[in-house]
Amino acid sequence: MLSFIIRRIALMVPTLLGVAVLTFFLLRVVPGDVVEVKLRSDGASVTQATVQAERVRLGLDRPLVNQFGSWMGGLVTGDLGTSMWTGRPVSQEIGVRLSLTLQVAVMAAIIAVVIAVPLGTLSALFRDTWLDYAVRIFTIAGLAVPSFWLGMLIVLSLLTVFHWSPPVTYTPFWRDPVQNMSQLIWPALAVGYRYAAVVARMVRSSVLEVLREDYIRTARAKGVWESHVVVRHAMRNAMLPAVTVVGLEFAFLIGGLVVTEQVFNLNGIGRLFVEAVTRSDFVLVQALIMFLALVFVVTNLVVDLLYGVLDPRVRPGA
Amino acid sequence: MTDRTDGLRRREALGLGLGLPALLWAGPGHAAATGEPKRGGTLIYSVAAEPPTYDLTATSTFAVMHRLAPHYSTLLQFEPGNYPNIVGDLAESWTEAPDKMTYTFKLRDKVVFHDGTPCEAADVKATYDRMRAPPTGVISSRQPSFAQIASVETPDRLTVVFRMKAVDASITDTFASPWNSIFSAAKLTSDPNYPGRVVMGTGPFRFVEHVPGSHWVGTRFDGYFRAGHPYLDGFRAITMAPSAMVNALAGRQIMAEFRGVTPNERDRIVRALGKDTEVEESSWMLHMICTFNCQKKPFDDPRVRRALSLAMDRWGGSASLSKVSQLGPVGGLVRPGSTWSATSAEMEKWPGYGRDLAANRAEARRLLKEAGQENLQLTLLDRNIQPYITAGVFMIDQWRQIGVKVDHQQVELAAWYAAQNSGNFEVLVDSFTQFSDDPTNVLVKYVSYDKAEVAVAHATDRELDRLFDEQGRTVEVAARKALVRQFETRAMDQAYAVPVLWWQRIVAMNKEVRGWSMSPTHMIYQDLSDVWLAT
Amino acid sequence: MSATIAGLARSGPGAFGRFARGAGRFARQQPLGTLGLLVILLMAAAALGADLVSPYDPEAADFAAMLAPPSPDHILGTDSFGRDILTRLLFGARTALTIGLASSFLGCAAGGLLGLTAAYWGGRVDMLLQQLVDIILAFPIIVLALVVVALVGRNTVAGIDLNLIAAIAVPIVPRAERVIRAAALGVRAMPYIDAARAGGYGDGYIILRHMAPNVMAPFLVLLSAYVAQAILLEASLSFLGLGVTEPKPAWGLMLSGDSANFYQEAPWMILFPGLAISLAVFAFNLFGDSLRDWLDPKFRT
Repeated sequence: MLSFIIRRIALMVPTLLGVAVLTFFLLRVVPGDVVEVKLRSDGASVTQATVQAERVRLGLDRPLVNQFGSWMGGLVTGDLGTSMWTGRPVSQEIGVRLSLTLQVAVMAAIIAVVIAVPLGTLSALFRDTWLDYAVRIFTIAGLAVPSFWLGMLIVLSLLTVFHWSPPVTYTPFWRDPVQNMSQLIWPALAVGYRYAAVVARMVRSSVLEVLREDYIRTARAKGVWESHVVVRHAMRNAMLPAVTVVGLEFAFLIGGLVVTEQVFNLNGIGRLFVEAVTRSDFVLVQALIMFLALVFVVTNLVVDLLYGVLDPRVRPGA
Repeated sequence: MTDRTDGLRRREALGLGLGLPALLWAGPGHAAATGEPKRGGTLIYSVAAEPPTYDLTATSTFAVMHRLAPHYSTLLQFEPGNYPNIVGDLAESWTEAPDKMTYTFKLRDKVVFHDGTPCEAADVKATYDRMRAPPTGVISSRQPSFAQIASVETPDRLTVVFRMKAVDASITDTFASPWNSIFSAAKLTSDPNYPGRVVMGTGPFRFVEHVPGSHWVGTRFDGYFRAGHPYLDGFRAITMAPSAMVNALAGRQIMAEFRGVTPNERDRIVRALGKDTEVEESSWMLHMICTFNCQKKPFDDPRVRRALSLAMDRWGGSASLSKVSQLGPVGGLVRPGSTWSATSAEMEKWPGYGRDLAANRAEARRLLKEAGQENLQLTLLDRNIQPYITAGVFMIDQWRQIGVKVDHQQVELAAWYAAQNSGNFEVLVDSFTQFSDDPTNVLVKYVSYDKAEVAVAHATDRELDRLFDEQGRTVEVAARKALVRQFETRAMDQAYAVPVLWWQRIVAMNKEVRGWSMSPTHMIYQDLSDVWLAT
Repeated sequence: MSATIAGLARSGPGAFGRFARGAGRFARQQPLGTLGLLVILLMAAAALGADLVSPYDPEAADFAAMLAPPSPDHILGTDSFGRDILTRLLFGARTALTIGLASSFLGCAAGGLLGLTAAYWGGRVDMLLQQLVDIILAFPIIVLALVVVALVGRNTVAGIDLNLIAAIAVPIVPRAERVIRAAALGVRAMPYIDAARAGGYGDGYIILRHMAPNVMAPFLVLLSAYVAQAILLEASLSFLGLGVTEPKPAWGLMLSGDSANFYQEAPWMILFPGLAISLAVFAFNLFGDSLRDWLDPKFRT
């Protein structure tokens, strides 16, 4: 098992390396840079000399290869650099915002699983009935409705109907759970709906597939449908692909929160990313992309391992 | 000379005619009318962007001003509630030599920084020297403003003397600029860049914390030199996008936003807060400009430029656009409502400002035909935020009506700046903002490109340059005004860059916020020393 | 069913008849999918005929009629510039379908070609391609699209945002590659492929003539699935201000900016574009799902 893990981690390295190289060189092609934006906002008269001096200070005038070298070197030692916009270390910028995004993602995942597993299962068990159709329409709507639109509707409805708006600053859960929840439950719902739809569809199709298995059909024919042993075994097999989907969607979600955080004014990684791209803050953009890629790759790894744990057939060395 | 109600006007009823009762609109001086200031409370307000630095000298964005102003003092300031009158802040009094070549400031005694050290003439000198001649590694956006100062002397510990190289009629406004926060000389000696990272001044509030992307907290400084001030216990500035801000104001999560909102945002806030709303309106020191790249054909031909300016129905545009955007009054190169502004009658003589739309458009077509540009197609470079987009859509719509086809390109801020300097554009939706109405600060946008980098029309006009320099030396108001008018007339005629519309500043807040002063610029009156909460 | 699709891909006499019979069977067995298809066709008709059907010019500002509620003059109301919302929805359908179909096709075709190539050559080529695909897949979709858009800027040719299409197609390529490669591996293993190679046929010929038709089924499913994704992605990008820009009509764009501020006096500004996006994605998903059900032998009951 351990060698399997190590091998998989080793496979991650070239991917991450590729992401690093691609990101770095892509960004340098973008016209316009952070210095102009920083100094000239709201129409100040700054001389070109000043702009150039700041550019030199940020190291933007060095040859690309040198800049790349120092960035790669920094990655290896864990130094993600300093934001070109604020001058603060990138790790600090990310750190402040990470817990919020993570919490919304986890809450969305929980909502998704809680809704999707029962609905998907029922939809499969009562296939082609009105219940099945209702669930299918519910899930396809979940995939169709843009989550940012749903978010807008939620916020505006709260305001119009209840004359209430969610708290505007983030309080960590352990400090004030009520404040925290009343702020984050809404984006979690907006994003969780779509998440639930994806998972429900997977649950439905995998339950359907399991139900087609010979041993299930035999059991049903024999009238032992209530047999808990059979059902539990069937459900466990059916959940495997669902677990995969939950894991993969979680990785997608972190990136997908980009738009939702704008709508709900959340100080999270997604909004930071949009701001960084808008300001051409290369260092921050690079670091965020590396971070998101890392999350994705690690999540894949975890899902693979989990799959191995749950399904003896897939376990390496079996 | 100073007009108390300069630029401020009362609103009698809502423009959209939505049938809401006329609410309590405030005019100047309302603070005095609504009771005695109470001590205590924390003011919560929002700021739409994150600050890129803590150093007021290195930047010109409101994102820094709205958070840092409460922590610092300046030499002079605009008098709260009485714009544009200038009074002392750190300076108790000051004198100008009759030849206007020497300015002597007497500082208040016993002023202390937040760390307890005294603030004296040496600190003022260190700050101003840093601004006009920044050491390596320090950025000063204020350098051009202080180009005319020859030296700064400190004959005694409470006196600062500025000697000028030449007469600069705008220098008093520059001394009153909110950006010239006074730093500690001692700290500057050890680290000339400390203002970028550390907040330490003589202002009414002490810095507590800044959580990036989230909020900024300040608390009352008990050693503040104005006794009894500030009234607030502290303040909290929260980073919020404008749409979120409106929701938060409506939901009473925040009490104010100090930059300005669109008319529709104002209406939404008024509808939500009802009689608890306080709205103040004024023309704004911001205007939208149509800038031509005079080095690119066919925009090197003044007939083409004038035609495109003629086609714009500014008066009609102002009436419609002021209902849905921050675009508002029609004005020339200086702010309408300021003492320097032309009258409507004078404006109507400029191309594009006349009231006869049909005649203007016919003339525009004629000019284009004469220049051989009947089927003109151009690319309009614009920013991708409001109200720039609205301005762009308006300009395109106006030009369509004289047969000009436009490709509307909207880009990010960085690309927009890059294009301006590199000359990589045809026609630009441009803007200009200043903290004061002084013509030297405002007209610099319209001179030759080799004279000022902000004049991105890339034009060369020595007559305009000459008029600019002359008005900059002329202290006598009537003569200066005449020169400004001459400058405007020529600039409008040549049309290197023409104003489209000036902005309207609408500030809406919860009525419990008292003591805040409205002005045509969002950069001043933000130190919150007079603000108190009525709850 | 793959054989039938492959058969359809080969043109010849009776191809249309086979197609018609296939379509009829589809309609009977997959009611939901047919519903989706009908909605899609309706949208396409609206998009194509937008010029003829729309009462107004989508970009014509009419300041006298700003924020007008739905009325006989303006069936779905007007926005803050006085532009007719129904007209902008119809022209927005054109934008959405153009960008959606073009990006999806571009992405799936490029990805499909890569997948076929990887499956055909195998060995080192396959490993290299897999590694490249892994790298691109590590970027979240919207992140990739954002970066590409920031990179290449906006470039309109005849009113179509080519760079936006490219930006949305880029994340689709690796995902399509994965699926097509998996399907193509099965075809590669068929004996007649090796026979064709031995027979001296060129590699390109074999890939396009023999392998491609046999992966048509998953390709079509991918195509419809990713049109939905592409429409959503375009809406998100336009909402963020990085996609289609004013004054061009696009559904996501109609939701961005300060349309939220008009929510109370003009809720139609928010409701209709959101409904349009949802309906389009809904229809493509329904159709794509049913197509997959129909083409996949396992689900024939």
